[in-house]
Amino acid sequence: MKMLLKNREMLLVVAILVLVGVIALRFPGFVALRNLVNVYNDTSILIILALGQMAVILTRCIDLSMAANLALCGMVAGLINLAMPGLPIPAVVLAVILLGAFLGAINGLLVWKLDIPPIVVTLGTLTIYRGMIFLLTNGAWINAHQMSDAFKSLPRGVVAGLPVLSWLSLIMIAIMLVVMKRTPLGRAFFAVGGNPHAAVYTGIDVGRTRFLAYCLAGALAGLSGYLWVSRYAVAYVDIAIGFELDIIAACVIGGISIAGGIGSVPGAVLGALFLGVIKNALPVVNISPFAQMAISGAVIIVAVAVNARAERRKGRVILKKAEAI
Amino acid sequence: MSDAQMAARHIPDRLEGPAARFVKSWESLLLVVAVLVFTVNSFASPYFLDPWNLSDATFNFTEKAMIAFAMALVIVSGEIDLSVAAIVALASTAMGYAMQLGFDTPVLVAVGLGAGLACGVVNGLLVTGLGLPSIVVTIGTMSLFRGLSFLILGDKAFTGYPESFSWFGQGYVWWVFSFELCLFAALALLYGVILHKTNFGRAVYAIGNNQTAALFSGIRVGRVKFVLFMMTGLMAGLASICLTARLGSTRPSIALGWELEVVTMVVLGGVSILGGSGSIPGVVLAALIMGMVTFGFGLLNVPGIVMSIFIGLLLIAVIGLPIVYRRVRAR
Amino acid sequence: MKPAIALEGISKSFPGVRALSEVSLALYPGSVTALVGENGAGKSTLVKILTGIYQPDEGTIRVDGAESHFPTANAAARAGVTAIHQETVLFDELSVAENIFLGHAPRTRFGLIDWTLLNARAREILKRVGADLDPTIRLRDLGIANKHLVAIARALSVDARVVIMDEPTAALSHKEIHELYELIDRLKTDGKAILFISHKFDEIVRIADRYTVFRDGRMVGEGLIAETSQDDLVRMMVGRDVGQVFPKQEVAIGEPVLTVSGYRHPTEFEDIGFELRRGEILGFYGLVGAGRSEFMQSLIGITRPSAGAVRLDGEVLVIRSPAEAIAAGIVYVPEERGRQGAVIGLPIFQNVTLPSLARTSRAGFLRLAEEFRLAREYTSRLDLRAASLDQDVGTLSGGNQQKVVIAKWLATRPKVIILDEPTKGIDIGSKAAVHAFMSELAAQGLSVIMVSSEIPEIMGMSDRVIVMREGRIAGRFERGELTAEKLVRAAAGIAEAA
Repeated sequence: MKMLLKNREMLLVVAILVLVGVIALRFPGFVALRNLVNVYNDTSILIILALGQMAVILTRCIDLSMAANLALCGMVAGLINLAMPGLPIPAVVLAVILLGAFLGAINGLLVWKLDIPPIVVTLGTLTIYRGMIFLLTNGAWINAHQMSDAFKSLPRGVVAGLPVLSWLSLIMIAIMLVVMKRTPLGRAFFAVGGNPHAAVYTGIDVGRTRFLAYCLAGALAGLSGYLWVSRYAVAYVDIAIGFELDIIAACVIGGISIAGGIGSVPGAVLGALFLGVIKNALPVVNISPFAQMAISGAVIIVAVAVNARAERRKGRVILKKAEAI
Repeated sequence: MSDAQMAARHIPDRLEGPAARFVKSWESLLLVVAVLVFTVNSFASPYFLDPWNLSDATFNFTEKAMIAFAMALVIVSGEIDLSVAAIVALASTAMGYAMQLGFDTPVLVAVGLGAGLACGVVNGLLVTGLGLPSIVVTIGTMSLFRGLSFLILGDKAFTGYPESFSWFGQGYVWWVFSFELCLFAALALLYGVILHKTNFGRAVYAIGNNQTAALFSGIRVGRVKFVLFMMTGLMAGLASICLTARLGSTRPSIALGWELEVVTMVVLGGVSILGGSGSIPGVVLAALIMGMVTFGFGLLNVPGIVMSIFIGLLLIAVIGLPIVYRRVRAR
Repeated sequence: MKPAIALEGISKSFPGVRALSEVSLALYPGSVTALVGENGAGKSTLVKILTGIYQPDEGTIRVDGAESHFPTANAAARAGVTAIHQETVLFDELSVAENIFLGHAPRTRFGLIDWTLLNARAREILKRVGADLDPTIRLRDLGIANKHLVAIARALSVDARVVIMDEPTAALSHKEIHELYELIDRLKTDGKAILFISHKFDEIVRIADRYTVFRDGRMVGEGLIAETSQDDLVRMMVGRDVGQVFPKQEVAIGEPVLTVSGYRHPTEFEDIGFELRRGEILGFYGLVGAGRSEFMQSLIGITRPSAGAVRLDGEVLVIRSPAEAIAAGIVYVPEERGRQGAVIGLPIFQNVTLPSLARTSRAGFLRLAEEFRLAREYTSRLDLRAASLDQDVGTLSGGNQQKVVIAKWLATRPKVIILDEPTKGIDIGSKAAVHAFMSELAAQGLSVIMVSSEIPEIMGMSDRVIVMREGRIAGRFERGELTAEKLVRAAAGIAEAA
């Protein structure tokens, strides 16, 4: 059965390879290493966010506020840079990671201490966080020329052939792999989502584990906020609007069960990459970029159907002869 | 034997009369809030109490409320439909397309309703036919439906709807009573009757509380849910007609984010997001409150996005405060 | 001997209920203590206090004589208390090894989980409980009995001194139960103190050394099993003498009502055929997992059979859904009351009328007065105890919920009623009421199918018995020729002694 879990990810790898292969048949340029690196770099932020969402979904919760959290943190990063252009960028990044974690903690506390359903909490905070950006700026934009060069150049710097943005996402993947597989907290995410009732008996605090999942997702959203704003060199109220659905889509495509307890880091990464490949391939194969939304919608539906088939429990086999089949 | 011979103990039907039950209900709290908002608004702005201003204010919520009624039933049954706003967009796009082909108002209305219904059928089939979780399915169809709109329209817009068509969004039935307001009232009544007075409504509650037991009790669970998704699609189509007629144009971003506002309206109205409880009068009151707050803020020149912060806080507060209150009282 | 753990004067209240009042319990090393009591007597509250899930309002917990507190489940685990619950307690999606070590996995120097060591130690512990399982496979791929072994392995992995077993045999087959007994003997030899919770008295007498009886949240008796009898235990448990007398009335059996022939399903059962006559109670006996419930659910249209024919009053029926079964006059009272029977969250009267809405309504519109009338009629026939008919069915005790559930299906005025484990997990008083009512129904000309795993119930209530084993009919017996031995032999597939 471990095989099946592996298979689910293998299936996705195959799907991505087939997709890339088909595109390469007509547009060989797409598989040039340079372009593939670009595609990965372009998907990096989605990957980081999907890793956070994965932790939350594993615990049977959902975070609809991630994109709003990202937008608010991105704006704050921009505002800090505007007010103190000399402040080292790592300090700015640290500040928005903490801010993101704090915003995630608010979600987590409401879910943990007040037992409000996660979808309601994050539906609420989604509008609140985005509204906060307006309150901070009165709707004003921060444009490229207002940002310091250091602020803009960090994610674009190239180290060993890869942009720093890509490196950051790879580091996040590595950290999450260790967290999910080798730490008690990571295993608690699985336990809480798989069987919350039983988790209590094994000494796991369900509410606290969910709270930490939200903090983690929030911190990753905060980091993504800086990356987004510095990469696109603009910050305003509506950046990444609707992106929460892309994040969830990446997780669903990656085989993370919305019912909790099932999922993996490679799954989330592959799910994000699948969306990233489609997004980057559309202009290449001359399909209107406006088709992207419809395609990712269709992909989500197919992915859910495939996942559900894999998760479906087999009925009890009672007849001896049926067992043999 | 003595047990069997004992006269059966009489169990009363109900312990409390209708008045006592109302006082304890969520709806009575909403009514108080509605009255408060109304009072505050009328003091805050001298323009609030003008009948025509009030009539204008109703456009803030009538279209969303139409969808919210159907959504309330879906949520009571333990499902959710996040694709409603995307259905509005796709139905509007379909109507725009039909208009460009030269069709007139009756056809446009049929196209809008038909497109909504078709989207509802797609959702219903995916949820009940394939047995997929509605929250993910409708996130997918939300992307798909609005994506189709984008695919058809790109960054363009359909404009120039016929004069007779705009009546659905701008016309008045009598004095200050707009067509939309009358439709809202009629639908509130219709959905109230469906949910609270019919076998179908009872089945919806039973499914929301315990789907398996409902199935064993002879409720056709799949069929009921399918109808609910169809009804929601149809209502989104209807709302799309009103909205398109009111705006006079179709862009693919039409009604963006409405799904969240509709869900907020439903939950604020006392419908449990976990399914199984809630009422249409509650949703009506929630619609009125949200509409009046929006209108009041508008009169005070507060921007829309600040209004949305307020709605977000309201959503969390109305669900969280009773829990806090219960905790504090239990101590 | 000094108890490994002792509870003294423990009280616990919830809003409106006093779940435990001043109870005491001592568990001794190398000894099995049976905890006996009806549902709602406070047993599960006590287990939750012992495992740190609940905090007592009053009283002390002593571990090896020293006063202790279990503010969290972890604290209880550290004190060496571990519980093996009914099947729901483990994690289907995690590996066997992880299920054993979750919460106390071995770590490397860097504080990370050491999977190599974890799997090795899991293999070792599994060997100790006599389970030959690969520690890396996922739990969902195991059968119930193996899951139980994993749960026990978990208890051993924490080096528990106190092991709580909450109805461990409820879902096990005959053979598996015996393997469990052997394991318990081994645990005793290892010096574990065991708390054994069960409803089955034969089992308690077989396995336990001591007993403690709870009634209504109070401790009403304790002592050595050797110095008591099953009758004494029952008397303490219910507070009065209850003979296992079944109120079976003699009824003239009429013509065949339901005829089933050649019923089969690809994986669950095959070749099921029988006749059910008017006024008859037909017992279906078998071990858990013999395919009885699966067959019954197929009969009412929950699952589709691959072949087979049903005739009701001579007419051929095709049933594709419970709705059609109800309309035809065949109703099924399911085994899992909370999940399949009662709609918790809806008031009593709406539960009762749910399958009969077509009759209480007019043109699809509800008529509340009719609903209350129907609910009143049937709940009073079953002697329901409730504050009002508008009360949430979830607030009732298990026995009263079962009465509501039975009332719900009777209110459809069926010709055939199938009761699946109708008295499972309900108190003795309610049991007697259900048995009396079942008998009365048969006397009124209803045909009853009763699925039960309790031999006394099957023997006491049935006119005829069909025994199922591994999805097939393994024996048919008339009332006159019934013996417990025959039933057990047929169900277990042991040949008749010569």
